[in-house]
Amino acid sequence: MWIYEKKLQYPVRVSTCNPMLARYLVEQYGGADGELSAALRYLNQRYSIPDKVIGLLTDIGTEEFAHLEMIATMIYKLTKDATPEMMKAAGLGDHYAIHDNALYYANSSGVPWTASYIQAKGDPIADLYEDIAAEEKARATYQWIINLSDDPDLNDGLRFLRQREIIHSQRFREAVEILKDEQGKKKFF
Amino acid sequence: MFTLYKTYCPIVGPFDPCNPILEKTYSTPPNLYIGFQPPNLPQFTPLEALRAGTLWKPFYDPYYNPFEEAKGGLPR
Repeated sequence: MWIYEKKLQYPVRVSTCNPMLARYLVEQYGGADGELSAALRYLNQRYSIPDKVIGLLTDIGTEEFAHLEMIATMIYKLTKDATPEMMKAAGLGDHYAIHDNALYYANSSGVPWTASYIQAKGDPIADLYEDIAAEEKARATYQWIINLSDDPDLNDGLRFLRQREIIHSQRFREAVEILKDEQGKKKFF
Repeated sequence: MFTLYKTYCPIVGPFDPCNPILEKTYSTPPNLYIGFQPPNLPQFTPLEALRAGTLWKPFYDPYYNPFEEAKGGLPR
């Protein structure tokens, strides 16, 4: 069960109406290494992983939904009052034709989200290594979006999200250390 | 000197069509180095931590684009 707190994890400020930036940001919404993929990946893997790290997957998976909500708010603000002309100029003409200014789970090229972005292999090490890789890829994606963005208020929020990816990666690495720990600790070799 | 960003110099060919980038930088965040978090690491104050995105100073690694750095973005 979840308890919902009706506020964002970190305040989202956007300085200008900028559909082009929204288009790049959508990568973190419905892209392969986006927040939706992350949340669903972790919350699904936790059923078949040793008890010691289930809580970690629950916590991080839940936080990814808080990030998804921040990304959604950013995209919404960037496109809220954009005219069809502005959407077209930002390369979002086809998006507008299907969705108006609504949000949709697709990547920045407009490819719809698919479950094949995520994996559950049932092997704890394989799954955790996938999670570490996913966090590093999301971190890199945030870097490239920050490079593309000229909105300092937005970048402030993106910087926060990138920092969280670093911490999540750290915690997954620690989970691997816990699982590979020698049982009983009577080492002979 | 320890740094969270590494650089390398890609080969520059005599006929490269784009203006060559002489030095490339990539991020190597602190999580690659610390291993299992040791006890008693220095902390931010709760208020600072909420803004930084982490409670732990050694894990803090903010990223700025070149435009922000030119305007005096906080140091890396």
